[in-house]
Amino acid sequence: MRQFSDWQILTLLLGAAEATIWLSLVAFLGGGLLGLLLTLARVSERRALDLPAAGIIAAVQSVPLLMLIFLCFFGLPLLGLRVSPWLAACASLVLFAAAFLADIWRSAIQAVPKGQWEAGRALGLSFLQVFGLVVAPQALRLAIPPTVGFSVQVVKGTALTSIIGFVELTRAGTMLNNVTFRPFFVFALVALIYFALCFPLSLASRRLERKLARQ
Amino acid sequence: MELRFLEVLRYADLLLWGALLSVVLATAAGVAGLLLGILCAEGQRLGHRGLTWAIRAYVEFIRNTPFLVQLFFVFFGLPSLGLRLDALSAALIALVLNIAAYFTEILRAGLEASPAGQAEAGRALGLRRWQIFLLVQLRPALAKVWPALVSQFVLVFLGSAVVSQISVEDLTFQGQFIQSRTFRAFEIYLVITLLYAGLAFALRRALLELGARLFPWQRRGA
Repeated sequence: MRQFSDWQILTLLLGAAEATIWLSLVAFLGGGLLGLLLTLARVSERRALDLPAAGIIAAVQSVPLLMLIFLCFFGLPLLGLRVSPWLAACASLVLFAAAFLADIWRSAIQAVPKGQWEAGRALGLSFLQVFGLVVAPQALRLAIPPTVGFSVQVVKGTALTSIIGFVELTRAGTMLNNVTFRPFFVFALVALIYFALCFPLSLASRRLERKLARQ
Repeated sequence: MELRFLEVLRYADLLLWGALLSVVLATAAGVAGLLLGILCAEGQRLGHRGLTWAIRAYVEFIRNTPFLVQLFFVFFGLPSLGLRLDALSAALIALVLNIAAYFTEILRAGLEASPAGQAEAGRALGLRRWQIFLLVQLRPALAKVWPALVSQFVLVFLGSAVVSQISVEDLTFQGQFIQSRTFRAFEIYLVITLLYAGLAFALRRALLELGARLFPWQRRGA
């Protein structure tokens, strides 16, 4: 048993929180990119694109995130890839975020009246032009509050990557608990740091939602 | 790359027990969480400032921290306050506290949507207070938010996979055990993933069907 002062525990945990933040950013941005592709496939009205995208989204949403992480961690090596916990964590969280974001964005796009699409196409714009210039700007307003709200799920989801040995906030908490035997203090701090990361996002999401409702 | 599923299927009985425990655990948490959620949602409407604030703090704290950390806190942290828990009780407590926080939010919205005139009409008809609450306020509120409750329940069922980390012998735990015996990690987790997806689908359908029976006046699929 090693002695750590309260202050040392806090600084070690805050250092580990940096990994949580990085992983969240990668997952959110990567998931956003992949999610955008899935969204485009879903609203393209081409069955060959729509069906596989819908399948991926439904599959990811109906399994535990932990299984997604395990499948990436143990499955990617079967394809001959060398997989570190960091890579498996990124891959699974990107997939997770993409599926949920695509769902959020598709419903925002569907809330834009269909006539907008038709008018754009009638003016001779291509599918991507109508999407980018006409529909997306209108859908964006609706999509932002739930998107910000979902980022909380991403931050919380990163905690599960501790189980495959990726060292982030939760893993650091477990390790510090193992050497200090002060579970109450350590896990309370871990929870508080997560709260400090997530609560502002939740608040922002709710503010934006209220602002939107007033308009 | 070569996949061998037969080795995994030799352990079918373990998978079955694990699946059963996962479903029972989530269901028990769902029922207890619903009761606690109703208490909290109603507690917030009493207008007592301290109580309202305490419930809000509880709901926000649960919703903005990972379930895994809540689980560790209950399992590892509470015993240092003198509350010794075995893994299964700790998992159940953590699940109930988690699901109740989300249910509180959903139920509050449902209860707020019921017009005050209905409660007054109930009083005018000579119903007692508890009758008004159960029949005039709670039941229609439950009917309205039932689909949202079901979705949240399914999410918690899927999220309950992490209770394996404190050695509760759920579906994921059995997977990790079988993996330690066979070293067929990918195959076993693929099978378990499919089992989770199937169970989640079945639970959702069953609960929506239950909702249609409990609240027959509510339009189906609404």
